[in-house]
Amino acid sequence: MGDQEDILTMPHDRIEEIQLEGIKKTVVRCYENIPFYKRSFDEAGFDPYSVRDFDDLRKAPFVTKQDLRDAYPYGMLAVPMGDVKEIHMSSGTTGVATVGAYTQHDLEAWSDCFSRGVRYAGGGPDDVMQICYGYGLFTGGLGAHYGGLASGATVIPTSAGNTERQIRILREMGTTILACTPSYAMHIADTAISMGIDPAEEFHLKAGIHGAEAFSDNFRAELERKLDYKVLDVYGLTETMGPGVAVECLEQDGLHVAEDHFFCEIIDPATGEVLPDGEWGELVITTLDREASPVVRYRTRDITRILPGACACGRTHRRIDRLHGRTDDMLIIRGVNVFPSQIENVMETFDEVSSWYQIELTTKNYLDVVTLKAEVNPDFDFDSTGAIDQLQRQIQGALKTALSVGVKVRLVEPMSIPRSTGKAKRIVDRRGENL
Amino acid sequence: MIDQLTVLLENSEGRLAKLARSIAEAGINMQALTIADTADYGVVRIICSDALGAKRALEAEGYSAMVTKVSAIQIPNRPGGLADLLEVLDDLDIPVEYGYCFSAKDDLAVDVLKIKLPAEASKATFALEGAGFKVLRQEDLA
Repeated sequence: MGDQEDILTMPHDRIEEIQLEGIKKTVVRCYENIPFYKRSFDEAGFDPYSVRDFDDLRKAPFVTKQDLRDAYPYGMLAVPMGDVKEIHMSSGTTGVATVGAYTQHDLEAWSDCFSRGVRYAGGGPDDVMQICYGYGLFTGGLGAHYGGLASGATVIPTSAGNTERQIRILREMGTTILACTPSYAMHIADTAISMGIDPAEEFHLKAGIHGAEAFSDNFRAELERKLDYKVLDVYGLTETMGPGVAVECLEQDGLHVAEDHFFCEIIDPATGEVLPDGEWGELVITTLDREASPVVRYRTRDITRILPGACACGRTHRRIDRLHGRTDDMLIIRGVNVFPSQIENVMETFDEVSSWYQIELTTKNYLDVVTLKAEVNPDFDFDSTGAIDQLQRQIQGALKTALSVGVKVRLVEPMSIPRSTGKAKRIVDRRGENL
Repeated sequence: MIDQLTVLLENSEGRLAKLARSIAEAGINMQALTIADTADYGVVRIICSDALGAKRALEAEGYSAMVTKVSAIQIPNRPGGLADLLEVLDDLDIPVEYGYCFSAKDDLAVDVLKIKLPAEASKATFALEGAGFKVLRQEDLA
Protein backbone atom coordinates (compact mmCIF):
# COMPACT_ATOMS: atom_id res chain seq x y z
CA MET A 1 0.00 0.00 0.00
CA GLY A 2 2.86 2.38 0.83
CA ASP A 3 4.37 1.65 -2.58
CA GLN A 4 1.05 2.50 -4.17
CA GLU A 5 0.90 5.94 -2.58
CA ASP A 6 4.52 6.51 -3.68
CA ILE A 7 3.51 5.81 -7.26
CA LEU A 8 0.56 8.15 -7.01
CA THR A 9 2.51 11.06 -5.54
CA MET A 10 5.86 10.77 -7.31
CA PRO A 11 7.19 13.92 -9.02
CA HIS A 12 5.70 14.33 -12.48
CA ASP A 13 9.06 14.26 -14.25
CA ARG A 14 9.57 10.79 -12.79
CA ILE A 15 6.16 9.76 -14.18
CA GLU A 16 7.24 11.15 -17.55
CA GLU A 17 10.37 8.98 -17.50
CA ILE A 18 8.19 5.91 -16.90
CA GLN A 19 5.88 7.02 -19.70
CA LEU A 20 8.67 7.55 -22.21
CA GLU A 21 10.12 4.11 -21.42
CA GLY A 22 6.64 2.61 -21.76
CA ILE A 23 6.00 4.33 -25.09
CA LYS A 24 9.34 3.11 -26.49
CA LYS A 25 8.55 -0.47 -25.47
CA THR A 26 4.97 -0.36 -26.72
CA VAL A 27 5.71 1.00 -30.21
CA VAL A 28 8.39 -1.66 -30.71
CA ARG A 29 6.17 -4.41 -29.28
CA CYS A 30 3.36 -3.41 -31.65
CA TYR A 31 5.68 -3.09 -34.66
CA GLU A 32 7.33 -6.44 -34.13
CA ASN A 33 4.28 -8.51 -33.18
CA ILE A 34 1.23 -7.02 -34.89
CA PRO A 35 1.17 -6.89 -38.71
CA PHE A 36 -1.29 -3.99 -38.67
CA TYR A 37 1.18 -1.72 -36.85
CA LYS A 38 4.10 -2.82 -39.05
CA ARG A 39 2.12 -1.79 -42.09
CA SER A 40 0.68 1.44 -40.68
CA PHE A 41 3.99 2.63 -39.15
CA ASP A 42 5.83 1.91 -42.40
CA GLU A 43 3.21 3.67 -44.47
CA ALA A 44 3.38 6.74 -42.22
CA GLY A 45 7.19 6.68 -42.23
CA PHE A 46 7.23 6.30 -38.44
CA ASP A 47 10.33 4.59 -37.07
CA PRO A 48 9.49 2.89 -33.76
CA TYR A 49 13.19 2.49 -32.90
CA SER A 50 13.94 6.20 -32.98
CA VAL A 51 11.50 7.51 -30.35
CA ARG A 52 13.45 9.87 -28.07
CA ASP A 53 10.74 12.12 -26.66
CA PHE A 54 6.98 12.65 -26.58
CA ASP A 55 7.10 14.71 -29.78
CA ASP A 56 8.43 11.68 -31.64
CA LEU A 57 5.28 9.74 -30.68
CA ARG A 58 3.20 12.39 -32.48
CA LYS A 59 4.65 11.11 -35.73
CA ALA A 60 2.95 7.75 -35.15
CA PRO A 61 -0.36 7.22 -36.96
CA PHE A 62 -3.58 6.84 -35.01
CA VAL A 63 -5.38 3.56 -34.54
CA THR A 64 -9.19 3.59 -34.64
CA LYS A 65 -11.99 1.37 -33.44
CA GLN A 66 -12.52 0.31 -37.04
CA ASP A 67 -8.89 -0.88 -37.24
CA LEU A 68 -9.47 -3.01 -34.14
CA ARG A 69 -12.72 -4.39 -35.59
CA ASP A 70 -11.01 -5.24 -38.87
CA ALA A 71 -8.48 -7.27 -36.88
CA TYR A 72 -11.22 -9.38 -35.26
CA PRO A 73 -10.73 -11.80 -33.63
CA TYR A 74 -7.00 -12.06 -32.86
CA GLY A 75 -5.28 -9.73 -35.35
CA MET A 76 -4.22 -7.22 -32.67
CA LEU A 77 -2.75 -9.78 -30.30
CA ALA A 78 0.91 -9.09 -29.39
CA VAL A 79 1.57 -12.29 -27.41
CA PRO A 80 1.10 -16.03 -28.10
CA MET A 81 -2.37 -17.33 -27.14
CA GLY A 82 -0.73 -19.42 -24.44
CA ASP A 83 0.02 -16.23 -22.52
CA VAL A 84 -3.55 -14.89 -22.74
CA LYS A 85 -5.51 -15.44 -19.52
CA GLU A 86 -8.75 -13.67 -20.30
CA ILE A 87 -10.70 -12.10 -23.14
CA HIS A 88 -13.26 -9.31 -23.04
CA MET A 89 -15.23 -7.73 -25.84
CA SER A 90 -16.84 -4.36 -26.19
CA SER A 91 -20.56 -4.38 -26.86
CA GLY A 92 -21.04 -4.95 -30.56
CA THR A 93 -24.20 -2.84 -30.75
CA THR A 94 -22.73 -0.62 -33.44
CA GLY A 95 -20.93 -3.32 -35.39
CA VAL A 96 -18.46 -6.13 -34.94
CA ALA A 97 -17.14 -6.47 -31.40
CA THR A 98 -13.64 -5.35 -30.50
CA VAL A 99 -11.52 -7.78 -28.54
CA GLY A 100 -9.42 -7.01 -25.49
CA ALA A 101 -6.99 -9.70 -24.32
CA TYR A 102 -5.17 -9.84 -21.00
CA THR A 103 -2.04 -11.64 -19.81
CA GLN A 104 -1.51 -12.31 -16.13
CA HIS A 105 0.44 -9.04 -15.97
CA ASP A 106 -2.37 -7.15 -17.74
CA LEU A 107 -4.96 -8.45 -15.26
CA GLU A 108 -2.74 -7.35 -12.37
CA ALA A 109 -2.30 -3.90 -13.90
CA TRP A 110 -6.07 -3.64 -14.38
CA SER A 111 -6.70 -4.68 -10.77
CA ASP A 112 -4.17 -2.06 -9.68
CA CYS A 113 -5.81 0.70 -11.76
CA PHE A 114 -9.37 0.08 -10.60
CA SER A 115 -8.29 -0.46 -6.99
CA ARG A 116 -6.98 3.12 -7.02
CA GLY A 117 -10.59 4.24 -7.43
CA VAL A 118 -11.62 2.25 -4.37
CA ARG A 119 -8.78 3.80 -2.41
CA TYR A 120 -9.56 7.30 -3.71
CA ALA A 121 -13.04 6.70 -2.27
CA GLY A 122 -11.45 5.96 1.10
CA GLY A 123 -12.16 2.25 0.68
CA GLY A 124 -10.11 -0.73 1.81
CA PRO A 125 -10.32 -3.97 3.79
CA ASP A 126 -13.09 -2.63 6.05
CA ASP A 127 -15.40 -1.99 3.13
CA VAL A 128 -18.09 -4.03 1.42
CA MET A 129 -18.28 -3.32 -2.29
CA GLN A 130 -21.42 -4.26 -4.18
CA ILE A 131 -20.80 -4.57 -7.90
CA CYS A 132 -23.84 -4.26 -10.09
CA TYR A 133 -22.10 -3.66 -13.35
CA GLY A 134 -22.93 -6.53 -15.66
CA TYR A 135 -20.50 -9.44 -15.31
CA GLY A 136 -19.42 -11.04 -18.53
CA LEU A 137 -17.79 -9.79 -21.69
CA PHE A 138 -18.44 -6.20 -20.60
CA THR A 139 -15.35 -5.00 -18.75
CA GLY A 140 -17.39 -3.17 -16.10
CA GLY A 141 -18.26 -6.12 -13.87
CA LEU A 142 -14.98 -7.99 -13.71
CA GLY A 143 -12.87 -4.81 -13.84
CA ALA A 144 -14.60 -3.53 -10.72
CA HIS A 145 -14.38 -7.01 -9.22
CA TYR A 146 -10.61 -7.30 -9.69
CA GLY A 147 -10.12 -3.76 -8.45
CA GLY A 148 -12.28 -4.41 -5.41
CA LEU A 149 -10.30 -7.54 -4.54
CA ALA A 150 -6.96 -5.75 -5.03
CA SER A 151 -8.07 -2.92 -2.74
CA GLY A 152 -8.71 -5.42 0.04
CA ALA A 153 -12.46 -4.74 0.15
CA THR A 154 -15.06 -7.49 0.46
CA VAL A 155 -16.73 -7.91 -2.92
CA ILE A 156 -20.41 -8.82 -3.47
CA PRO A 157 -20.78 -9.65 -7.17
CA THR A 158 -24.51 -9.00 -7.65
CA SER A 159 -24.10 -8.09 -11.35
CA ALA A 160 -26.80 -5.94 -13.00
CA GLY A 161 -30.56 -6.33 -12.67
CA ASN A 162 -33.00 -7.64 -10.07
CA THR A 163 -33.19 -4.22 -8.48
CA GLU A 164 -35.25 -5.28 -5.47
CA ARG A 165 -32.60 -7.82 -4.52
CA GLN A 166 -29.89 -5.16 -4.97
CA ILE A 167 -31.85 -2.95 -2.56
CA ARG A 168 -32.21 -5.76 -0.04
CA ILE A 169 -28.46 -6.41 -0.13
CA LEU A 170 -27.70 -2.70 0.16
CA ARG A 171 -29.86 -2.54 3.29
CA GLU A 172 -28.94 -5.81 4.89
CA MET A 173 -25.35 -6.62 3.96
CA GLY A 174 -23.76 -3.33 4.99
CA THR A 175 -22.57 -2.33 1.52
CA THR A 176 -20.37 0.78 1.77
CA ILE A 177 -19.22 1.13 -1.85
CA LEU A 178 -21.53 0.78 -4.83
CA ALA A 179 -20.07 0.15 -8.27
CA CYS A 180 -22.48 0.47 -11.22
CA THR A 181 -23.52 2.84 -13.98
CA PRO A 182 -24.81 6.21 -12.73
CA SER A 183 -28.22 5.64 -14.31
CA TYR A 184 -28.54 2.30 -12.55
CA ALA A 185 -27.58 3.92 -9.23
CA MET A 186 -30.39 6.42 -9.79
CA HIS A 187 -32.76 3.60 -10.68
CA ILE A 188 -31.85 1.79 -7.45
CA ALA A 189 -32.42 4.99 -5.45
CA ASP A 190 -35.77 5.73 -7.11
CA THR A 191 -36.95 2.14 -6.79
CA ALA A 192 -36.02 2.08 -3.10
CA ILE A 193 -37.89 5.34 -2.51
CA SER A 194 -40.96 4.03 -4.33
CA MET A 195 -40.81 0.95 -2.07
CA GLY A 196 -41.05 3.27 0.93
CA ILE A 197 -37.36 2.94 1.83
CA ASP A 198 -35.26 6.04 2.46
CA PRO A 199 -31.88 4.97 1.05
CA ALA A 200 -30.09 7.91 2.69
CA GLU A 201 -31.18 6.47 6.06
CA GLU A 202 -31.31 2.74 5.48
CA PHE A 203 -28.31 2.17 3.21
CA HIS A 204 -24.77 2.46 4.58
CA LEU A 205 -23.01 3.79 1.51
CA LYS A 206 -20.00 6.04 1.66
CA ALA A 207 -19.10 6.10 -2.02
CA GLY A 208 -20.26 5.10 -5.46
CA ILE A 209 -17.88 4.43 -8.34
CA HIS A 210 -20.03 5.14 -11.35
CA GLY A 211 -18.84 5.02 -14.94
CA ALA A 212 -19.52 3.72 -18.46
CA GLU A 213 -21.76 6.68 -19.27
CA ALA A 214 -21.50 10.43 -18.91
CA PHE A 215 -23.51 12.19 -16.20
CA SER A 216 -23.96 15.81 -15.27
CA ASP A 217 -23.06 17.60 -12.06
CA ASN A 218 -26.75 17.93 -11.24
CA PHE A 219 -27.29 14.21 -11.75
CA ARG A 220 -24.40 13.59 -9.36
CA ALA A 221 -25.85 16.01 -6.80
CA GLU A 222 -29.23 14.26 -7.01
CA LEU A 223 -27.61 10.84 -6.53
CA GLU A 224 -25.58 12.10 -3.57
CA ARG A 225 -28.69 13.59 -1.99
CA LYS A 226 -30.78 10.47 -2.44
CA LEU A 227 -28.14 7.96 -1.35
CA ASP A 228 -26.12 10.16 1.06
CA TYR A 229 -22.69 9.20 -0.30
CA LYS A 230 -19.91 10.50 -2.55
CA VAL A 231 -20.09 9.78 -6.27
CA LEU A 232 -16.80 9.22 -8.09
CA ASP A 233 -16.58 9.05 -11.85
CA VAL A 234 -14.52 6.26 -13.41
CA TYR A 235 -13.35 6.10 -17.00
CA GLY A 236 -12.12 3.28 -19.14
CA LEU A 237 -12.71 1.34 -22.30
CA THR A 238 -12.20 -2.22 -23.42
CA GLU A 239 -9.89 -1.09 -26.23
CA THR A 240 -7.27 0.12 -23.76
CA MET A 241 -8.12 -2.09 -20.72
CA GLY A 242 -11.51 -1.38 -19.14
CA PRO A 243 -12.67 0.83 -16.27
CA GLY A 244 -9.82 2.30 -14.24
CA VAL A 245 -7.90 4.18 -16.95
CA ALA A 246 -8.83 7.25 -14.93
CA VAL A 247 -10.78 7.68 -11.68
CA GLU A 248 -11.91 10.66 -9.66
CA CYS A 249 -10.63 11.28 -6.16
CA LEU A 250 -12.75 12.77 -3.38
CA GLU A 251 -11.91 16.28 -4.61
CA GLN A 252 -14.34 15.52 -7.50
CA ASP A 253 -12.28 17.79 -9.69
CA GLY A 254 -11.37 15.62 -12.66
CA LEU A 255 -10.26 12.01 -13.04
CA HIS A 256 -6.66 11.03 -12.26
CA VAL A 257 -5.27 9.09 -15.19
CA ALA A 258 -3.20 6.03 -14.21
CA GLU A 259 -0.26 7.73 -15.89
CA ASP A 260 2.16 4.94 -15.12
CA HIS A 261 0.00 2.70 -17.36
CA PHE A 262 -1.40 5.13 -19.97
CA PHE A 263 -0.19 8.11 -21.97
CA CYS A 264 -2.98 10.53 -22.89
CA GLU A 265 -3.12 13.15 -25.61
CA ILE A 266 -5.98 15.47 -26.60
CA ILE A 267 -6.41 16.09 -30.31
CA ASP A 268 -8.62 18.16 -32.54
CA PRO A 269 -10.95 15.44 -33.92
CA ALA A 270 -11.13 17.18 -37.30
CA THR A 271 -7.42 17.74 -37.95
CA GLY A 272 -5.67 15.26 -35.65
CA GLU A 273 -3.49 18.07 -34.25
CA VAL A 274 -2.46 17.68 -30.61
CA LEU A 275 -4.08 20.37 -28.46
CA PRO A 276 -2.52 22.07 -25.43
CA ASP A 277 -3.62 21.23 -21.85
CA GLY A 278 -6.95 22.78 -20.95
CA GLU A 279 -8.45 22.59 -24.43
CA TRP A 280 -11.34 20.27 -25.19
CA GLY A 281 -10.85 17.62 -27.83
CA GLU A 282 -10.73 13.90 -28.47
CA LEU A 283 -8.82 11.74 -26.01
CA VAL A 284 -6.08 9.58 -27.56
CA ILE A 285 -4.48 6.83 -25.47
CA THR A 286 -1.24 4.89 -25.76
CA THR A 287 -0.82 1.95 -23.40
CA LEU A 288 2.53 1.80 -21.61
CA ASP A 289 2.76 -1.74 -20.24
CA ARG A 290 -0.09 -3.66 -21.81
CA GLU A 291 1.21 -7.00 -23.10
CA ALA A 292 -1.63 -8.78 -24.91
CA SER A 293 -3.55 -5.88 -26.49
CA PRO A 294 -1.30 -2.82 -26.63
CA VAL A 295 -2.48 0.25 -28.54
CA VAL A 296 -0.52 3.17 -29.94
CA ARG A 297 -2.46 6.44 -30.20
CA TYR A 298 -5.93 4.91 -29.95
CA ARG A 299 -8.65 7.42 -30.83
CA THR A 300 -11.24 6.97 -28.08
CA ARG A 301 -13.81 9.36 -29.65
CA ASP A 302 -14.42 10.62 -26.11
CA ILE A 303 -14.42 14.38 -25.69
CA THR A 304 -12.53 15.69 -22.66
CA ARG A 305 -9.51 17.86 -21.82
CA ILE A 306 -6.42 17.56 -19.68
CA LEU A 307 -6.91 19.67 -16.58
CA PRO A 308 -3.96 21.98 -16.07
CA GLY A 309 -2.47 22.33 -12.60
CA ALA A 310 -2.19 20.07 -9.58
CA CYS A 311 -5.04 18.37 -7.73
CA ALA A 312 -5.75 19.46 -4.16
CA CYS A 313 -5.47 15.81 -3.04
CA GLY A 314 -1.71 15.90 -3.61
CA ARG A 315 -1.57 13.07 -6.13
CA THR A 316 0.59 13.97 -9.09
CA HIS A 317 -1.03 11.96 -11.86
CA ARG A 318 -2.63 14.39 -14.27
CA ARG A 319 -6.40 14.58 -14.56
CA ILE A 320 -8.80 14.52 -17.46
CA ASP A 321 -12.06 16.42 -17.14
CA ARG A 322 -15.36 14.59 -16.93
CA LEU A 323 -16.42 13.42 -20.35
CA HIS A 324 -18.23 15.90 -22.49
CA GLY A 325 -19.79 13.43 -24.91
CA ARG A 326 -18.39 11.43 -27.79
CA THR A 327 -17.31 12.53 -31.21
CA ASP A 328 -19.70 9.93 -32.61
CA ASP A 329 -22.58 10.97 -30.30
CA MET A 330 -22.33 14.38 -31.82
CA LEU A 331 -25.62 14.91 -33.59
CA ILE A 332 -25.73 16.82 -36.80
CA ILE A 333 -29.18 18.38 -36.81
CA ARG A 334 -30.01 20.46 -39.86
CA GLY A 335 -26.29 20.92 -40.33
CA VAL A 336 -25.65 22.12 -36.77
CA ASN A 337 -23.35 20.14 -34.44
CA VAL A 338 -25.10 19.31 -31.19
CA PHE A 339 -23.65 17.43 -28.22
CA PRO A 340 -26.10 15.70 -25.90
CA SER A 341 -24.27 17.33 -22.97
CA GLN A 342 -25.42 20.74 -24.23
CA ILE A 343 -29.01 19.55 -23.99
CA GLU A 344 -28.36 18.13 -20.54
CA ASN A 345 -26.95 21.48 -19.36
CA VAL A 346 -30.19 23.20 -20.39
CA MET A 347 -32.43 20.56 -18.84
CA GLU A 348 -30.61 20.89 -15.52
CA THR A 349 -31.81 24.45 -15.16
CA PHE A 350 -35.47 23.36 -15.03
CA ASP A 351 -36.50 22.11 -11.60
CA GLU A 352 -39.93 21.18 -12.94
CA VAL A 353 -38.58 18.22 -14.91
CA SER A 354 -36.67 15.16 -13.74
CA SER A 355 -33.24 14.18 -14.98
CA TRP A 356 -34.75 11.54 -17.28
CA TYR A 357 -35.22 12.71 -20.78
CA GLN A 358 -35.02 11.23 -24.23
CA ILE A 359 -34.30 12.78 -27.59
CA GLU A 360 -35.98 11.40 -30.67
CA LEU A 361 -34.82 12.33 -34.14
CA THR A 362 -37.21 11.92 -37.05
CA THR A 363 -37.56 13.29 -40.54
CA LYS A 364 -40.48 15.31 -41.82
CA ASN A 365 -40.56 16.79 -45.32
CA TYR A 366 -36.84 15.95 -45.65
CA LEU A 367 -36.03 18.02 -42.56
CA ASP A 368 -34.70 16.74 -39.25
CA VAL A 369 -37.20 17.02 -36.44
CA VAL A 370 -35.95 16.82 -32.85
CA THR A 371 -38.41 15.90 -30.15
CA LEU A 372 -37.30 15.93 -26.55
CA LYS A 373 -39.40 13.99 -24.08
CA ALA A 374 -38.94 15.03 -20.47
CA GLU A 375 -40.73 13.80 -17.38
CA VAL A 376 -42.42 16.38 -15.19
CA ASN A 377 -41.62 16.09 -11.52
CA PRO A 378 -44.44 14.68 -9.39
CA ASP A 379 -44.75 17.95 -7.45
CA PHE A 380 -45.14 20.13 -10.54
CA ASP A 381 -48.49 21.98 -10.48
CA PHE A 382 -49.92 20.77 -13.78
CA ASP A 383 -53.51 21.54 -12.70
CA SER A 384 -53.10 25.20 -13.61
CA THR A 385 -54.41 25.91 -17.08
CA GLY A 386 -51.63 26.12 -19.62
CA ALA A 387 -48.93 25.27 -17.06
CA ILE A 388 -47.61 22.42 -19.17
CA ASP A 389 -47.73 24.39 -22.39
CA GLN A 390 -45.94 27.27 -20.74
CA LEU A 391 -43.19 25.05 -19.36
CA GLN A 392 -42.80 23.37 -22.75
CA ARG A 393 -42.40 26.77 -24.39
CA GLN A 394 -39.83 27.86 -21.78
CA ILE A 395 -37.73 24.75 -22.31
CA GLN A 396 -38.03 25.08 -26.09
CA GLY A 397 -36.85 28.67 -25.87
CA ALA A 398 -33.87 27.79 -23.70
CA LEU A 399 -32.86 24.92 -26.01
CA LYS A 400 -33.15 27.11 -29.08
CA THR A 401 -30.85 29.68 -27.48
CA ALA A 402 -28.29 27.07 -26.42
CA LEU A 403 -28.27 24.90 -29.54
CA SER A 404 -29.31 27.23 -32.36
CA VAL A 405 -31.68 24.45 -33.40
CA GLY A 406 -35.40 24.23 -32.80
CA VAL A 407 -36.42 21.34 -30.55
CA LYS A 408 -39.99 20.27 -29.91
CA VAL A 409 -40.46 19.56 -26.22
CA ARG A 410 -43.02 17.06 -24.98
CA LEU A 411 -43.60 16.77 -21.27
CA VAL A 412 -44.61 13.29 -20.20
CA GLU A 413 -45.73 11.55 -17.03
CA PRO A 414 -43.19 10.75 -14.31
CA MET A 415 -41.55 7.33 -14.73
CA SER A 416 -42.79 6.96 -18.33
CA ILE A 417 -39.36 7.04 -20.01
CA PRO A 418 -37.82 3.55 -19.82
CA ARG A 419 -35.15 3.07 -17.15
CA SER A 420 -32.21 0.98 -18.16
CA THR A 421 -30.04 -1.31 -16.14
CA GLY A 422 -27.16 -0.62 -18.50
CA LYS A 423 -26.44 2.55 -20.39
CA ALA A 424 -29.16 5.21 -20.52
CA LYS A 425 -30.71 5.39 -23.95
CA ARG A 426 -30.87 9.13 -24.30
CA ILE A 427 -31.06 9.34 -28.06
CA VAL A 428 -33.34 7.51 -30.44
CA ASP A 429 -32.40 8.28 -34.01
CA ARG A 430 -35.25 7.31 -36.31
CA ARG A 431 -34.16 9.42 -39.23
CA GLY A 432 -34.23 7.33 -42.35
CA GLU A 433 -37.03 5.11 -41.04
CA ASN A 434 -40.28 5.25 -42.95
CA LEU A 435 -42.65 6.83 -40.50
CA MET B 1 -64.08 24.26 -1.26
CA ILE B 2 -63.86 20.63 -2.24
CA ASP B 3 -61.04 18.32 -3.27
CA GLN B 4 -60.43 17.67 -6.94
CA LEU B 5 -58.14 14.94 -8.20
CA THR B 6 -56.02 15.93 -11.21
CA VAL B 7 -54.17 13.32 -13.24
CA LEU B 8 -51.68 13.90 -16.04
CA LEU B 9 -52.17 11.34 -18.79
CA GLU B 10 -50.38 10.65 -21.99
CA ASN B 11 -52.79 11.11 -24.89
CA SER B 12 -52.69 7.56 -26.17
CA GLU B 13 -55.05 4.70 -26.69
CA GLY B 14 -56.41 3.00 -23.59
CA ARG B 15 -54.85 5.34 -21.04
CA LEU B 16 -58.18 6.72 -19.79
CA ALA B 17 -59.70 3.26 -19.55
CA LYS B 18 -56.70 2.13 -17.53
CA LEU B 19 -57.02 5.15 -15.24
CA ALA B 20 -60.74 4.55 -14.67
CA ARG B 21 -60.00 0.89 -13.87
CA SER B 22 -57.27 1.87 -11.41
CA ILE B 23 -59.63 4.24 -9.61
CA ALA B 24 -62.33 1.57 -9.54
CA GLU B 25 -59.92 -0.97 -8.09
CA ALA B 26 -59.11 1.47 -5.29
CA GLY B 27 -62.83 1.34 -4.44
CA ILE B 28 -63.36 4.99 -5.28
CA ASN B 29 -66.51 6.32 -6.96
CA MET B 30 -66.27 9.21 -9.41
CA GLN B 31 -68.96 11.88 -9.46
CA ALA B 32 -67.59 14.07 -12.24
CA LEU B 33 -64.80 13.89 -14.78
CA THR B 34 -63.56 16.38 -17.34
CA ILE B 35 -60.59 16.28 -19.69
CA ALA B 36 -58.48 19.12 -21.02
CA ASP B 37 -56.53 17.63 -23.85
CA THR B 38 -53.85 18.41 -26.40
CA ALA B 39 -52.42 16.13 -29.07
CA ASP B 40 -49.76 14.88 -26.65
CA TYR B 41 -51.34 14.70 -23.23
CA GLY B 42 -54.52 15.19 -21.28
CA VAL B 43 -55.19 16.71 -17.88
CA VAL B 44 -58.01 14.73 -16.28
CA ARG B 45 -59.91 16.44 -13.47
CA ILE B 46 -62.08 14.28 -11.26
CA ILE B 47 -64.43 14.81 -8.35
CA CYS B 48 -64.63 11.59 -6.38
CA SER B 49 -65.49 10.10 -3.01
CA ASP B 50 -61.87 10.17 -1.74
CA ALA B 51 -59.45 12.35 -3.69
CA LEU B 52 -56.50 11.85 -1.33
CA GLY B 53 -57.00 8.09 -1.26
CA ALA B 54 -57.22 8.06 -5.05
CA LYS B 55 -54.02 10.13 -5.33
CA ARG B 56 -52.14 7.67 -3.10
CA ALA B 57 -53.48 4.66 -4.99
CA LEU B 58 -52.64 6.16 -8.38
CA GLU B 59 -49.16 7.27 -7.36
CA ALA B 60 -48.39 3.77 -6.21
CA GLU B 61 -49.14 2.69 -9.77
CA GLY B 62 -46.86 5.33 -11.25
CA TYR B 63 -49.45 7.93 -12.22
CA SER B 64 -48.83 11.60 -11.75
CA ALA B 65 -51.72 12.75 -9.58
CA MET B 66 -52.39 15.75 -7.40
CA VAL B 67 -55.22 17.09 -5.24
CA THR B 68 -56.39 20.67 -5.75
CA LYS B 69 -59.00 22.72 -3.90
CA VAL B 70 -61.80 23.92 -6.15
CA SER B 71 -65.06 25.78 -5.52
CA ALA B 72 -68.29 23.85 -6.05
CA ILE B 73 -71.35 26.06 -6.19
CA GLN B 74 -75.00 25.10 -6.27
CA ILE B 75 -77.04 27.07 -8.77
CA PRO B 76 -80.66 26.97 -9.94
CA ASN B 77 -81.09 24.60 -12.91
CA ARG B 78 -82.60 27.14 -15.28
CA PRO B 79 -81.46 29.44 -18.12
CA GLY B 80 -79.12 32.10 -16.72
CA GLY B 81 -78.12 30.15 -13.60
CA LEU B 82 -74.44 30.10 -14.51
CA ALA B 83 -74.52 33.66 -15.85
CA ASP B 84 -75.80 34.93 -12.48
CA LEU B 85 -72.99 33.13 -10.72
CA LEU B 86 -70.21 34.34 -13.02
CA GLU B 87 -71.44 37.93 -12.90
CA VAL B 88 -70.88 38.00 -9.14
CA LEU B 89 -67.25 37.02 -9.69
CA ASP B 90 -66.81 39.34 -12.63
CA ASP B 91 -68.04 42.30 -10.57
CA LEU B 92 -65.27 41.53 -8.07
CA ASP B 93 -62.66 41.09 -10.86
CA ILE B 94 -61.96 37.54 -9.72
CA PRO B 95 -60.57 35.53 -12.63
CA VAL B 96 -61.77 31.98 -13.15
CA GLU B 97 -59.10 29.60 -14.42
CA TYR B 98 -61.39 26.85 -15.57
CA GLY B 99 -64.80 25.42 -14.77
CA TYR B 100 -67.13 22.60 -15.58
CA CYS B 101 -70.54 21.28 -14.67
CA PHE B 102 -70.54 18.80 -11.81
CA SER B 103 -74.19 17.72 -11.82
CA ALA B 104 -77.61 18.85 -12.90
CA LYS B 105 -80.68 17.24 -11.40
CA ASP B 106 -84.27 18.45 -11.10
CA ASP B 107 -84.13 22.12 -10.22
CA LEU B 108 -80.53 22.26 -8.96
CA ALA B 109 -77.16 22.10 -10.68
CA VAL B 110 -73.60 22.20 -9.30
CA ASP B 111 -70.75 23.93 -11.10
CA VAL B 112 -67.07 23.59 -10.28
CA LEU B 113 -64.80 26.60 -10.67
CA LYS B 114 -61.05 26.89 -10.15
CA ILE B 115 -60.03 30.26 -8.80
CA LYS B 116 -56.28 30.33 -8.80
CA LEU B 117 -55.34 32.31 -5.70
CA PRO B 118 -56.61 30.97 -2.35
CA ALA B 119 -57.25 34.52 -1.10
CA GLU B 120 -59.46 35.24 -4.10
CA ALA B 121 -61.23 31.90 -3.66
CA SER B 122 -62.23 32.82 -0.08
CA LYS B 123 -63.33 36.25 -1.25
CA ALA B 124 -65.43 34.55 -3.94
CA THR B 125 -67.02 32.17 -1.42
CA PHE B 126 -67.95 35.08 0.79
CA ALA B 127 -69.42 37.11 -2.06
CA LEU B 128 -71.31 34.12 -3.54
CA GLU B 129 -72.84 33.22 -0.20
CA GLY B 130 -73.82 36.85 0.24
CA ALA B 131 -75.56 36.68 -3.15
CA GLY B 132 -77.56 33.65 -2.01
CA PHE B 133 -75.57 30.82 -3.63
CA LYS B 134 -74.77 27.69 -1.71
CA VAL B 135 -71.01 26.97 -1.80
CA LEU B 136 -70.50 23.29 -1.11
CA ARG B 137 -68.07 21.83 1.40
CA GLN B 138 -66.45 18.45 1.24
CA GLU B 139 -69.00 16.91 3.62
CA ASP B 140 -71.87 18.09 1.39
CA LEU B 141 -70.69 15.59 -1.24
CA ALA B 142 -70.98 12.54 0.98
